[in-house]
Amino acid sequence: MATNGGHTIKAFDDDLDRLRALISEMGGLAEHNIRESMRCLVERDYEGARHIVEEDRKLDALEIETERRAVQLIALRAPMAGDLRDIVAALKISSVVERIGDYAKNIAKRVPLLDDIGNIEPLSLLPEMARIATEMVHDVLTAFVERDAAAALEVIDRDRKVDDFYNSIFRTLLTYMMENPHNITQSTHLLFVAKNVERVGDHATNIAEMVYYAATGNYLGDRPRGSDLLENER
Amino acid sequence: MIDTIVPTPLDVAETVDSTPAGEPKMTARDVRVSYGDKEALKGVDIDIHNDKVTAFIGPSGCGKSTFLRCLNRMNDTIPAARVTGTIELDGENINSPRMDVVHLRARVGMVFQKPNPFPKSIYENVAYGPRIHGLAQGKAELDEIVEKSLRRAGLWDEAKDRLEDSGTALSGGQQQRLCIARAIAVDPEVILMDEPCSALDPIATAKIEELIHALRGRYAIAIVTHNMQQAARVSQCTAFFHLGEMVEYGKTSEIFTNPREQRTQDYITGRYG
Repeated sequence: MATNGGHTIKAFDDDLDRLRALISEMGGLAEHNIRESMRCLVERDYEGARHIVEEDRKLDALEIETERRAVQLIALRAPMAGDLRDIVAALKISSVVERIGDYAKNIAKRVPLLDDIGNIEPLSLLPEMARIATEMVHDVLTAFVERDAAAALEVIDRDRKVDDFYNSIFRTLLTYMMENPHNITQSTHLLFVAKNVERVGDHATNIAEMVYYAATGNYLGDRPRGSDLLENER
Repeated sequence: MIDTIVPTPLDVAETVDSTPAGEPKMTARDVRVSYGDKEALKGVDIDIHNDKVTAFIGPSGCGKSTFLRCLNRMNDTIPAARVTGTIELDGENINSPRMDVVHLRARVGMVFQKPNPFPKSIYENVAYGPRIHGLAQGKAELDEIVEKSLRRAGLWDEAKDRLEDSGTALSGGQQQRLCIARAIAVDPEVILMDEPCSALDPIATAKIEELIHALRGRYAIAIVTHNMQQAARVSQCTAFFHLGEMVEYGKTSEIFTNPREQRTQDYITGRYG
């Protein structure tokens, strides 16, 4: 069959490309906000943290724009098979990325509350943990744009590292709290920060599953995740 | 609670899909058709099931209409056409010399692209078949068949007060439902439809699609359509034809969400050509 990979109706390709570009833009912004929130946390940059909270509105607007375009595509183009799976995936991914943005905002909001924490160990672990998690987000969205199921699976494998970081930070903070009750407030805030980053990794994994389905038409089987974390929190 | 959710028509379509189909109503094996030295169908295997609507889709010239016409030997009317392979109706070879082709076409009825009522009254259009096949003993029984057929075709309420009007005086959509009533009147087992809505507006099309839905279960139905959305809406099984080959045949819900063959994917997503 004569096909060049594109639709006979070129405008359909343009619409799909625009949708993918929106997802990329959202992903870029969410990644940036997570990284920035970490920088603000480490450098005590209150002004920067306030800026992240404002930036999050952009993500909310992009999510609405993505949804609007996806609904329009479904209504006007009656997409089938791989196209339909792509559009449904874009819809779902946009709401997950928006959620990742919320975690960045959440971390940023804690920055002013962590003013007298000193240079405790978790503060040096968190940026590295966040780096891995944001890379997962970056790579899984690239996999979506390129419809690359193998790259999506590879991202899923990396979530383990983020979980390991989380468990390590969890234990360290627990030790601090046991040593001196005075540390409890600050440690709890940091624990929430770590938990937020850990969730970013989980969401990247969820997106990877959506990418895998969009690209192959098959669902990944149920894999253990999340619950095994609780085992380590005992 | 999952088990308290009321099933929707889509869920029902799924269960219809997944139940074991039992004996197929018609089976086609290695069906080949040539017009002169041009091979139009290159060995098609398909089962048509009683409780299902089977849609044939594919670009123009792919062989889907040629195949549909094999199922009640309409290709016999084309002198250059040569049909080989086996087509069975309830296990009986329809191309066997013992098969009475007039009887076959009563058992396997057909509705065409362009509504083609006889230039006779609405009543006569429906009564003609049962009369020549001797299905009615007298006027009262014939009246009953006409009413029942028009009711099943969803035309009774619109036509009951004008049964003596000419069939050609009806609107396009009504004419097509009249043709379906005419096919139903001889009590067929299979109904073949060759692009039955391509000459109709969207509302008339929706009425035909609703009718197909209502007739499913009573008759095995095979439909050729250029409108993929229509195939998706009305059928439980879909076969994709391309260049005389049957490329893929499967559940409609799978063909349109996750086709196995690249050629099917390219065609239904609009990447063909």
